[in-house]
Amino acid sequence: MTMFEAILLTIITASTPLLIGAIGQLVCERSGVLNLGMEGMMIMGAACGFAAAILSGNSYVGVLAAILAGMAMSLIFAVLTLGLAANQVASGLALSIFGLGLSGVIGAPFVGAKRDQMAKLYLPGLTDIPVIGKALFGQDPFVYASFALVIGVWWFLARSKPGLVLRACGENHASAHALGYPVLKIRLLAILFGGGCAGLAGAYLSLVYTPFWSPGMTAGRGWIALAIVVFASWRPWRVLAGAYLFGGITILQLHAQGAGVKVPSQFMAALPYLVTILALVIIMRRRGGQKTAPASLGTPFVPDR
Amino acid sequence: MMRLVLTRRDDAPAWMVLVSPLVAVALTLLSGAVMFALLGLDPLKALGVYFISPISDGWALQELAVKATPLILISVGLSLCYLSNNWNIGAEGQFVMGAIFGGWVAIATHGAANDPWVFPAMMLAGMLGGAALGMIPAILKTRLAVNEILTSLMLVYVAELLLDWLVRGPWRDPKGFNFPQSVMFDKDAQVMRLMADGRINLGTPIAIIVVVIAAIMMARTLKGFEIRLVGAAPRAACFAGFDEKRLTWTVFAISGALAGLAGIIEVSGTMGHLQPSVSPGYGFTAIIVAFLGRLNPIGCLIAAVVLAITFIGGENAQISLRLPLDVTRVFQGMLLFYVLACDAVLNYRFERVRTGGAAA
Repeated sequence: MTMFEAILLTIITASTPLLIGAIGQLVCERSGVLNLGMEGMMIMGAACGFAAAILSGNSYVGVLAAILAGMAMSLIFAVLTLGLAANQVASGLALSIFGLGLSGVIGAPFVGAKRDQMAKLYLPGLTDIPVIGKALFGQDPFVYASFALVIGVWWFLARSKPGLVLRACGENHASAHALGYPVLKIRLLAILFGGGCAGLAGAYLSLVYTPFWSPGMTAGRGWIALAIVVFASWRPWRVLAGAYLFGGITILQLHAQGAGVKVPSQFMAALPYLVTILALVIIMRRRGGQKTAPASLGTPFVPDR
Repeated sequence: MMRLVLTRRDDAPAWMVLVSPLVAVALTLLSGAVMFALLGLDPLKALGVYFISPISDGWALQELAVKATPLILISVGLSLCYLSNNWNIGAEGQFVMGAIFGGWVAIATHGAANDPWVFPAMMLAGMLGGAALGMIPAILKTRLAVNEILTSLMLVYVAELLLDWLVRGPWRDPKGFNFPQSVMFDKDAQVMRLMADGRINLGTPIAIIVVVIAAIMMARTLKGFEIRLVGAAPRAACFAGFDEKRLTWTVFAISGALAGLAGIIEVSGTMGHLQPSVSPGYGFTAIIVAFLGRLNPIGCLIAAVVLAITFIGGENAQISLRLPLDVTRVFQGMLLFYVLACDAVLNYRFERVRTGGAAA
């Protein structure tokens, strides 16, 4: 395997969890809900996915458990913010703190346990193409799922009627309600989708990326995924670009350390966080203060009778 | 079919405002008992370790004050931010930055003649450090409308990595057997202990003074009114001539400074040196304290004691019940869930409505 191939492969591995998490969050935010519990849902996915995979001996059971764990977490958020019209920012923070704690409790018996990385797909002929073959056609199922999600979400939001209704809820929930659409029900589904994606992203971390469980292993990826949605101006294709940009920076940082660049490792480790801030600054400068966020984002909706 | 419907109300009775946080605490304890039972422990015994042992004797009460002090300082500042709709969630980083700036003064004056000015200089530097880090999201928010939630949080990781580098690199104690920590601060650079036995120190009275000042500011001054008005009715505040952007700077600077002060008090009062990790998550827990305390300085004081109990209870449970420290976070997250849920009861009236019949 050439150096180029290796870098390409690792970039894909680093970007996939960000992409899966961010695309789920995008749908949630387009419906008008800001769920800051990403980090908590993602790490619960990582813990439950790994635990279920160890207990059952099957990676796919792990993946399913992770998705369900993410959805269960997001359901708590939905009860608070939709059912009780609680503050979305505070509820999301609570979810993050709760998820970081609970994942530690659930994962405690599995610290130190090891599993083989999930098998990569091998497509005869395609995978053997030099240079790009392994990167494009030799990935694990998550990578293909992440691209399918981007295409699916793009089609759903831009081309389908339910997608249009979902966007209407995010732009003006009062009008959507007046037109007779069940705003809260649509938002509930969007939150659950976001939670499922976050869980899936977490499963990728503990089943493929590392592959083991360690407490706090998401290391802010949930928050970076949230930043990617802002960076992408709430558009699916730009989420793809954003996730790969951030994944690329993470890998660049690792390779620079490996190549013996004379910069303290802590500075390199801080790079993804600094770049996140920088990216937000640049994107906001280019927009010149224009608002691109869904207009009802973050505001609770209480239907009148 | 019956359906539950929420109607907004602004007339929650005063007793409910006071009782609702208590209900939240009670529900958290109940859920905690269920969790312990699921983990195969005796719920009553486990709850006793968590919530009774931290308040059982004088030594424990002093420890409680030590843990509550940073929570009080940080949460009072965060309350000002949240009241005015500024979502500073990076207090953990501002705490660390305060420890770094204040610690720098202590390290730079290390070994010099004892000087009564070292201690105030450290406190001031700590506040400056926290405020400086807090100002970054504030400036980015007012100038470029960059989301302050994300920037303030990202800076937490940056501050933690900076501290990690300092104590492993340039500030490492040359005689410290290669441990990643700075030199021990001089006696003058440590926060004065108040008792001969136990660890309670000058930080606790400082925190109480801050609560009193903040309570007076919020209740009696124009600034307090401005903070509340900008949060509750930004347009009205604009017409009243209040500058929302300047207020954002002010509250971020104050909350950053208080978090920084908490950081340097913690480092010089309980550790005596800088080390890679200086906080068990005070900056994040203080967010819960602020909400449990109803974004009110006096409320924060009481709520900080409640949350400090979970920290000490968590440490005790780790030793006596072999529970992971993460259980503390589970409790803290659940507490915030219940606080927010109980708030809904205050802000909305629940009515049962008959549905289905009309649609037919």
